[in-house]
Amino acid sequence: MSERLQVDVTIIGGGIAGCAAAVALRHAGLTVVVLEKDLCGAGASGVNFGGVRQQGRDLAELPLARRARPLWDELDEKLGEDVEFEATGHLKLARSDADMAQLERYAEDAAAHGLRLQLLGAGTLRSAAPWIGPGVVGASLCAEDGQANPRRVGPAFARLARRLGADVREHETVLSAAHGGSGFETRTDRLDVHSRFLVNCAGVGAGRIAAGFGEDVPLRPLVPNMIVTEPLPFFIDRSIGVCGGGVYLRQIARGNAILGGGAGWGDAECNRSRPQTTTTLDAMAGAIALVPALAGSLVIRTWAGIDGAMPDHIPVLGFSATTPNLVHAFGFSGHGFQLGPVVGEIIAELVTEGRSSSPLAPFAIERFAGATTPEKATVDIDP
Amino acid sequence: MRCAEALARSGVTPIVVDEAERPGGQVYRQPPAASEPASSAMYGFEAKKAEAIHRAIDAARGRIDYRPRTLVWNVFGQRLDLLTPDGPRQQPFDRLVLATGAMDRVLPFPGWTLPGVFTLGGAQIALKAQGVAIGRRVALVGAGPLLPLVAHQYAKSGIEVVAVLDATVFGAKLARFSGLCASAATLAKGLWYVARNRLRGLDVRYGIGSLRVEGEHRVEALAWRDASGEERRVACDAVGASFGLRAEAQLADLAGCRFAFAADARQWLPERTLQGRSSVAGVYLAGDCARIGGADVAELQGRRTALAVLEDLGRPVDRRELASLDRALARQARFRGALDAAYPFPAHLVDAIADDEIVCRCEGITAAALRRAAREHGASELNRVKALTRIGMGRCQGRVCGEVAAELLARACGSELERVGRLRGQPPVKPIPIVAGAP
Repeated sequence: MSERLQVDVTIIGGGIAGCAAAVALRHAGLTVVVLEKDLCGAGASGVNFGGVRQQGRDLAELPLARRARPLWDELDEKLGEDVEFEATGHLKLARSDADMAQLERYAEDAAAHGLRLQLLGAGTLRSAAPWIGPGVVGASLCAEDGQANPRRVGPAFARLARRLGADVREHETVLSAAHGGSGFETRTDRLDVHSRFLVNCAGVGAGRIAAGFGEDVPLRPLVPNMIVTEPLPFFIDRSIGVCGGGVYLRQIARGNAILGGGAGWGDAECNRSRPQTTTTLDAMAGAIALVPALAGSLVIRTWAGIDGAMPDHIPVLGFSATTPNLVHAFGFSGHGFQLGPVVGEIIAELVTEGRSSSPLAPFAIERFAGATTPEKATVDIDP
Repeated sequence: MRCAEALARSGVTPIVVDEAERPGGQVYRQPPAASEPASSAMYGFEAKKAEAIHRAIDAARGRIDYRPRTLVWNVFGQRLDLLTPDGPRQQPFDRLVLATGAMDRVLPFPGWTLPGVFTLGGAQIALKAQGVAIGRRVALVGAGPLLPLVAHQYAKSGIEVVAVLDATVFGAKLARFSGLCASAATLAKGLWYVARNRLRGLDVRYGIGSLRVEGEHRVEALAWRDASGEERRVACDAVGASFGLRAEAQLADLAGCRFAFAADARQWLPERTLQGRSSVAGVYLAGDCARIGGADVAELQGRRTALAVLEDLGRPVDRRELASLDRALARQARFRGALDAAYPFPAHLVDAIADDEIVCRCEGITAAALRRAAREHGASELNRVKALTRIGMGRCQGRVCGEVAAELLARACGSELERVGRLRGQPPVKPIPIVAGAP
């Protein structure tokens, strides 16, 4: 006999977005259930690189990233825990003049969104970061970008949601979600939840939920492949990305260098992922090219995780096109970590006001209706 | 090596990947080729066995593809990831025998991270492989049969052994005497080591209540509470301390082997049939990596596993040899059961771990941090505690601290040890360097 629950909002997926939405909805006085198949924050929210980055994002995403950024300054206080956020700055490196021209164009576009980027020529870059490798010709610096500890953020939002009275259920796999006459019926093998609203932020599992409401989306698994070294003397004082993607890296205050790039192995169906050795070795070589001093450092662990990616590498965020009161928030395509806290607020706006103060038109699920979306040529998952 | 030798004898050329420079494993470890040969004293009663296995390996050399100084840091599908002296390489396989052995079980106690504190196994390896002792005045602490052996080896090498402390009680050994008789020879050797140690004035103290290493920058003394509750103290410059053995099963985990909780070993272990098969077709487990059995058992199991591999390859096997190995293994299992019971897990030392004690020395995480994660964050599963506290996230990847973290977490949550789970295996099982060119 299943336990029956009746709430205002059912949230499928206990990642940062889902738990942050639960927090915002509790502040608005609504009752909330979060259904997480594993542990909160253990999916893509917890195993990503930990980049809190605005620069380099699709221009459609920039308004969201701009709005998210100040939330990170307040996060420790809001959550009552240290999530190790530091505005270390993010350097995007250029390895050719063409790369540099691309960075210049992006800096102009970003300025229109109020994001100030500093373009550094080879000389300026070398004096600021003498540890950068010889193949780099320049960079774009976003001083207000930074990094945080992804393992802490999701669980901290989940705990805050609980403290505020949200009913957060872990190890609850959603078997079915449907709209009945009077609201949504969401079932797990132990729960039967009735709600007025349903939020689908189930990460790579969100495609299945959306399909259940007649919305087939080309959501694909994306498996970041991550590497961490033993603690090294601290010297990489910026988070590092590179034009064209490939490798990204950062060093935390206690000395460990974290690097990623390329894809691991993953099976979204059985929720399993593993790093791939060829990817790991390629990322090592790529990291040495950017930061030669990393050569010989000892890698102590590698890992992978599964995110959901859309063909155009921007998320689906907004109301369902088929079902009233159904909100989608998924497909963050490997760079949703920085957006997580603001996505929670946006979900709550949609539920409580029926609209968001952020421009969501580019993220509408309708863009995948019928027609096939052109694939973006370059995959840049520098998170 | 016994498995490889048996396979080679049957016309199969196995590849043996070994982290060491020379074959022999931990128990029959050989000194580096350029140095003095290990004296028979180093192996104690096992000198003949050591010699036999070294000779057997030498004889089989041409039929075994031996790869020394090579680390297997990952298994994925039908492929090993290796770190060789020439850099990273990959090695495909169609059958895999894991014989990854065991290491000391470490428990934290005040002063355990001071320079001069080693494990018993480490103290022994230093002597066997390098011919050096861990100190001049050495105190030894244990909770397993390694303790009297290391005491004997150290004393015989002329090192001053100032204390031999057993955290388990002597009564447990008497109670298991009949079971121990299942392997009369091994029992006799154990008794002989104990007796010889006594003749040298090395009295083993049983039932140690608590212990503490003192010293400002390095070991200066060992203090303990004896069975009667009296505080004792002895000056020393090195301490060898560990509390039984734990299986090294990370590669079995990465190979996808199913694990089961072994209540008596207090560890999650890969499942293994009596024939040496794991739950994964084509993956076999020999020796201590799936259950601590000791060197003699490992030799038998190595040979038995080779027969299972040959059977699975459709090759003929000697039925008589097979039956005699199975009988010998059954006899050893009875002895090992009694031996385990004679050296029960020193739970009181875990209970005594204070809040400010460092549990994970790689990351400097205290028992208090772990307990706080359990209490304030409701973390009741080991991997979640790892994510929240960094316990087991350092260089050793939980090989040293994983089990004690599980013990502490179970106590903090008031749950069974089995319920807190085990640390998920993640490659590399040991650190590998960042290198420029993939081969």
